[in-house]
Amino acid sequence: MAEASKMHVSDEVAIQIQDMNKWYGTFHVLRDINMTVRSGERIVICGPSGSGKSTLIRCINRLEEHQQGQIVVDGIELTSDIKNIDKVRSEVGMVFQHFNLFPHLTILENLTLAPIWVRKVPKREAEETAMYFLEKVKIPEQAKKYPGQLSGGQQQRVAIARSLCMKPRIMLFDEPTSALDPEMIKEVLDTMIQLAEEGMTMICVTHEMGFAQAVANRVIFMDQGQIVEQNEPKEFFSNPKSDRTKLFLSQILGH
Amino acid sequence: MSDSFVRIEMVPAKAPPLSERGLLKWLRENLFAGPFNTILTLATLYALFLLLRNVIPWLANGVWYADNLQECRDIITAYAGEGATGACWAMIRERWNQFIFGLYPQDLYWRPAVAFVLLFGAIAPVLFPKVPRQMLWLTLFYPAIAFFLIWGGSIWTPIVAMLGFGVMMLAYRVLVGFTGVTVAGVLGVLAAVLWWLFADAAVAEGLARALPIGLESVGSDELGGFLLALVIGVTAIAFSLPLGILLALGRQSDLPVIKMICVGFIELIRGVPLITLLFTASLLLGYFLPSGTNLDTVLRVIILVTFFAAAYLAEVIRGGLAALPRGQYEAADALGLDYWRAQRLIILPQALKISIPAIVSTFINRS
Repeated sequence: MAEASKMHVSDEVAIQIQDMNKWYGTFHVLRDINMTVRSGERIVICGPSGSGKSTLIRCINRLEEHQQGQIVVDGIELTSDIKNIDKVRSEVGMVFQHFNLFPHLTILENLTLAPIWVRKVPKREAEETAMYFLEKVKIPEQAKKYPGQLSGGQQQRVAIARSLCMKPRIMLFDEPTSALDPEMIKEVLDTMIQLAEEGMTMICVTHEMGFAQAVANRVIFMDQGQIVEQNEPKEFFSNPKSDRTKLFLSQILGH
Repeated sequence: MSDSFVRIEMVPAKAPPLSERGLLKWLRENLFAGPFNTILTLATLYALFLLLRNVIPWLANGVWYADNLQECRDIITAYAGEGATGACWAMIRERWNQFIFGLYPQDLYWRPAVAFVLLFGAIAPVLFPKVPRQMLWLTLFYPAIAFFLIWGGSIWTPIVAMLGFGVMMLAYRVLVGFTGVTVAGVLGVLAAVLWWLFADAAVAEGLARALPIGLESVGSDELGGFLLALVIGVTAIAFSLPLGILLALGRQSDLPVIKMICVGFIELIRGVPLITLLFTASLLLGYFLPSGTNLDTVLRVIILVTFFAAAYLAEVIRGGLAALPRGQYEAADALGLDYWRAQRLIILPQALKISIPAIVSTFINRS
C-alpha cells in the first residue's frame, strides 16, 4: 500500500465551505459546516449513521441544496443558477453506494454517454478514453456487457471509471463499499488507492478505517450534523480528543 | 472412524435420464401431469372435436352468390339437404368495399390504398433499426402525404400546414441559444399555433390560386369503415405518445405553472367520458369559434381522441417514471447532464420500457 505522506497536496483551494447550514423541513441536518479542501487532499469522512456525512458530500455537487452559507467548488459558487451547477457537476465526479449505473446501456455506453453529450467529445475519442479507464480499473473485457451481468465489485469499478471519463478534478465517494461483499471490497479499495496515488482530490464517506489509515491525509468525524473532530489519520486513530470520537472508534475498531 | 472428508476429484456434469428429456417429458409435464390435468386435456380435445364438427359443414356449405337471404337458404337446402346450416357470404361479397372504404368514390379507391401501403414504409424505420435512416423522411412527411391522398384538394393545404412545424423548428433554433430548451420549446409551439391560426389559410389559398395543383377533393362525410377507423387510430396513436410523454414530464415538473396546466388537462380529460367531449366539442365549438370557421368533423374527432389517449398515456408513463430508482436521476445529474438530456438518454428509455404493456393497452382501449 502507498505511503500517504508521499502524496502531494498543493496550496490551491479546491472546495471551500463556509458557515453552511441545511435543513430537511424543520430538521437541522448540517450545522455550521466550515471546511477547506485543497487540491490533492484525500479526506475520509466518518461518523455514525444519520450524522449528515452523505448529505454533506451531496451538497458539494448540489444533489442536495443548502439553505445558508457558501459552497465554492473550483472557484464557482453553488447557487440556484443551473449553468453553474452543471459546470460544477462536470468537474466533480461522484460514486454512489448503489453504483447507479444505467441498466439499459452497455458498460461502454455508460462510460461514453456524458463525455459525448456534456463535453461534446467525438464518439471514437470518447470510446478510447473509456477503454483506457476500463483497463485502469482492470475490466476492459466487460465493455460490451450490461451492468446487470457484472458483480457488485465490478459494477462499482465501472461506476468509478464512468466518473473518471469526465476527467473530473475532484471525486466524491458516498459509501462506495457499503453494498459489497467482503471479497469485492478490496478490489474497489485498490482502485481508489491507485486513484489517490495519482493525485486525485478525493472526499470519501466510508467506514473502511484501513483505507483511511493508508490513504487519507485527513479524517473528519461527524456527529449530529456537525464536524466533531478532524485530524491526520495517525493522530485521529491513536489519540482521539473528543469523547464522542473515542466512543465511535471503540465501537467500530473493538471487534 | 473419523467424520472428516476431503474431495479429491470434482463431480462432472452429466446429461439427465431419458424420461427427463424430449417429447415424452413435454407431454407428461404439459398434458398429463396428473389425473385432473389428464381429464382437462381429454375434455378439451372433445370440445375441439364438437366445435369443428359444427363449423366445418357451415363453412363448406357457404354460398357466395345470391340476391337475398331467402334465396341463399334455398340454395343451401337444395345442395346439402333439409336442416343443413351454411354461411351466407353474398352480402359480404356485395358490400366488402363499403366495409373498407365507406362511401369513398369507387374510382378513387387507389388513393387510400396507396396511402395504406405507404403507411408501412413510414412505420418501418421506426420499428426496425436495420431499415436505412433516410426512410425517416418518409415518416416525417407521411401525415401530409396521407392527408393529400385521402382528402385530395389543393396540394398546398398539407404543405403549408407542415410548414407550421418548420416555423416551430426555426423559432426553436433561433431562441434556444438565448432562452434554454424549455422556454424555446414553448415559444416554438406558440409560433406554430400562430402560424396555423392566422397565416396558414391565407398562404395556402394564395398558393393554390397561383399554382393550382391538386387531386379531386373528397369530403370527410364520404369516409367510413376500416379506412376511417385506421385514419383516426393511426393519427391518434402517433400524436398522443409524444403529447402524453410531455404531459407526464410536465406533471412531474418543479415549475408550478407547467405542473398545474398538465394536472388540470389530464384530470379534466380523464374525468369526462369521450362521448361527452365529442358532443360538447360539436356543440360548443360552433358557438365559440368565429362564424365561418368550420372545423372538419373527422379532424375534430381526431383531435379529441388524441387528447383523450394522451391524458391516459400521461398517467401510464408517470407510473413508469415513478418506478425508476432515484439513483438514476442522481447519477444523471451528477454527470452534469441537463434536464432534457437526462430525460431523453437516461430516464425515458427506462420509464417507457417499464410502461410498454400499459401503453399498448391504452392504445387498444382508446383507439
